[in-house]
Amino acid sequence: MATCCGKQTEAPGKVPNAKRVALVGNPNVGKSVLFNALTGSYVTVSNYPGTSVEVSRGHAVINEQPWEVIDTPGMYSIHTITEEERVAREILLHETPDVVLHVLDARNLERMLAMTLQLIEAGLPVILVVNIMDEAERMGLKIDLELLRQRLGIPVVGAATTRKRGLGEIRSAIATYRQDMGSPRHFTYSRLLEHDINEVSGLMEGEYILSRRALALLLFQQDEEITSLVRRREGEGFGVIAERVRDIAFNRRGSFHLDLSMERKDIVKKLVLDVFTSPEKRVVTWGERLSRISAQPLTGIPLLLIVLYFGLYKFVGDFGAGTLVDVLEKKLFVEMFNPWITGIVKMVIPWEIIQELFVGEYGIITLGIRYAVGIILPIVATFFIFFSFLEDTGYFPRLALLVDRIFKRFGLTGRAVIPMVLGFGCDTMATMVTRTLETTRERVIATVLLALTIPCSAQLGVILALLSKFPGALAVWGACLLLLFVVVGLLAARVMPGEAPMFYMELPPMRLPQFSNVLTKTYTRMQWYFMEILPLFVLASILLWLGKITGLFEKLVTAMTPVMASIGLPKETAVAFIFGFFRRDYGAAGLYELQTKGLMDARQLTVAAVTLTLFIPCIAQFLIMKKERGWKVAGSIGVFVSLLAFGSGYVLNRFLLATGILS
Amino acid sequence: MKLSEKAEEILEALWIAVEEEGGRFLDPEKMGFPADDPAYRELTDRALVELRQGMVYFRPEGREEGKMTIRRHRLAERLMMDVLNLRGDEGDDKACQFEHLLNEGVDVKICTMLNHPTTCPHGKPIPPGECCADARAQGDLGVVALTEFKSGQEGEIAYIQTEDSKKMQKLMAMGVLPGNRIVLVQSFPSYIFRVGFSEFAIDGNLAKEIFVRK
Repeated sequence: MATCCGKQTEAPGKVPNAKRVALVGNPNVGKSVLFNALTGSYVTVSNYPGTSVEVSRGHAVINEQPWEVIDTPGMYSIHTITEEERVAREILLHETPDVVLHVLDARNLERMLAMTLQLIEAGLPVILVVNIMDEAERMGLKIDLELLRQRLGIPVVGAATTRKRGLGEIRSAIATYRQDMGSPRHFTYSRLLEHDINEVSGLMEGEYILSRRALALLLFQQDEEITSLVRRREGEGFGVIAERVRDIAFNRRGSFHLDLSMERKDIVKKLVLDVFTSPEKRVVTWGERLSRISAQPLTGIPLLLIVLYFGLYKFVGDFGAGTLVDVLEKKLFVEMFNPWITGIVKMVIPWEIIQELFVGEYGIITLGIRYAVGIILPIVATFFIFFSFLEDTGYFPRLALLVDRIFKRFGLTGRAVIPMVLGFGCDTMATMVTRTLETTRERVIATVLLALTIPCSAQLGVILALLSKFPGALAVWGACLLLLFVVVGLLAARVMPGEAPMFYMELPPMRLPQFSNVLTKTYTRMQWYFMEILPLFVLASILLWLGKITGLFEKLVTAMTPVMASIGLPKETAVAFIFGFFRRDYGAAGLYELQTKGLMDARQLTVAAVTLTLFIPCIAQFLIMKKERGWKVAGSIGVFVSLLAFGSGYVLNRFLLATGILS
Repeated sequence: MKLSEKAEEILEALWIAVEEEGGRFLDPEKMGFPADDPAYRELTDRALVELRQGMVYFRPEGREEGKMTIRRHRLAERLMMDVLNLRGDEGDDKACQFEHLLNEGVDVKICTMLNHPTTCPHGKPIPPGECCADARAQGDLGVVALTEFKSGQEGEIAYIQTEDSKKMQKLMAMGVLPGNRIVLVQSFPSYIFRVGFSEFAIDGNLAKEIFVRK
């Protein structure tokens, strides 16, 4: 999920004369791993198709020559369907890379070679990287790379980039690549199709990066972007071309995509004959067995519960939110760091008001930094370790197919499980990841559910700690959120117009995650997270301090008292809600403080926790919502969520009072 | 000699009246063609039906002929709906015209292509022909949607049937192309299939558009 870090890593200060190499290929074949290896930088990689949704750029020095390396989102064909594919093709259409590395998965050579054909046909300078050789060998597959090189007429390199295998060969293939050194083979289609291609490419006169042959085929496929490109370049001549294309497309209507794929399939079949040999008997790997277990409801649901119990409850909840927070917050901050820094500040700054700003009740250091580092950091860090680990095993696509039927009722597909689970880590990050969903409708529904019902890890950790003394309260809180998730989901699917989405997803093999990748990924996510929240915490401290010295804060608390009273909460909780506006977890941490002081009973805690969980997402999430969905949608979601949060709080309080549960 | 269209329609109406509605005869009044229409002569001349007191009765040969006529009619309806996507009145109308062409072995081909359907779009049974019995005897499932496969069953992709070209391209990108081998790995809660060395999960809506041969 490279998205989370907004990783449009633009090269700092373009190196003049740098040549360009672009990495293209199907999703989940290891393009980003290769990118990281070549450039020494880091973009998020995982065992999940569609991790990269944006283009990343980096630099590498290969054979003492500077190169710009461009990583692209996965694409299945140069005739693009999805937004990510379009982004990837842009690079080929407009950036004239000096080398195009087509990375593919050795095990699926036959399927993926169809795209190599397209790249060669487009006249691009292609080097083929046959990746994931290690797993192919483990499955008993044999691939004759030399024979493949002869048949394709382009450089072919075998690699296993996650094991650092083949990197040297790839570098030297890039460095020594000359467009004129070999002659890529020309692949011919059926006589009839060749005739049509020649006719249309003969009519073209403009200058293009892609070959006319490839463009003609894309025109027949009614590719809108290519059509408008050709229209621009050809000017007046376009009329004649358009007419011919229309005739040809009409004659081949209904089945052109299929016919073309079948022709390519036949070409590839001949190409891989004797190149690719699979063993007589299928090798069933342990990964495959685990995959079966995780994808079947009978075994998959218990496995999910085990994962959640040990991963989320034990590791994140007990260890992260319990042990680590105790050490950091109580021991390190409250007992050691805060008294020490307070002493220093009081010595250096003589004015009490300014002292307050840094080390007072709402001081930047004693409150802002303490919350951020002492409470939020350990929880979020443990969650990201857990999430990154799962992501790299390839578990999420299995989870997606398990929940697809249920999610369909909410107008979503199983695909939405990724942002939903990530939301338990950070809703802001998850809102960004909703971009991987196919339709706007799915994105909006997912955004609403994230904003409303999914508590982020920081919040979750604090709330678990808060309610852990009252198991009943925890159950009521969980039931409320689940109920609202279902109700709002069902309603959203009915209210939002649009077609039912379709679900399809490649299931990558289950793998044992590499420890180093899990850590690096956790680290980059933490870094992003911290950069995102720390300024907000500081800002919140400053605003609270301003509010306090001007007396405005006091007034705000008084103003909110009736609202608090209506949902049965003491007026001090208003402070937590004002905090909550900055970040929900910040607010939850505020509640934690109230609870430690013994100001609230179980009912009040539950009502406050539910209301606060549902309440407006943190400012960062709101800003991202605005960025991804626009003002109107984000604003409506904000109002809807706030009303529903207090409304639910009110109803829950009445319900608890009337039934006497928890008292 | 082929029967006239009118004669075929009388046979159908008679067959429905006798076999499905439990009557013993057909009243020409209800048929819409008066009893002196030459079509009745055509049928009595061939000894398919007989007229008694103005009512139409089957002779044994006629009953068999009626069954095959109704079979052709309902096959035509299926064809209109399943393949040509003509529905409602338009489909019924065209089916009425089309059924008369399904003679001399064409019905067998259509029936095989439609994979020996047992009911018409209105839910009425299609009387089985010899081809249906043969197929059953050979245990030949013919071409079925992937949703009809059992977990673990392997087959060859026959064709993809979808109106939506994006869906088609997505399936093709997964390697779902006619002629490729496919294994259905799991069918609940989502369909998982394997083509080559890759596995994909899809929902029922996509799965029912992939047609496979056992």
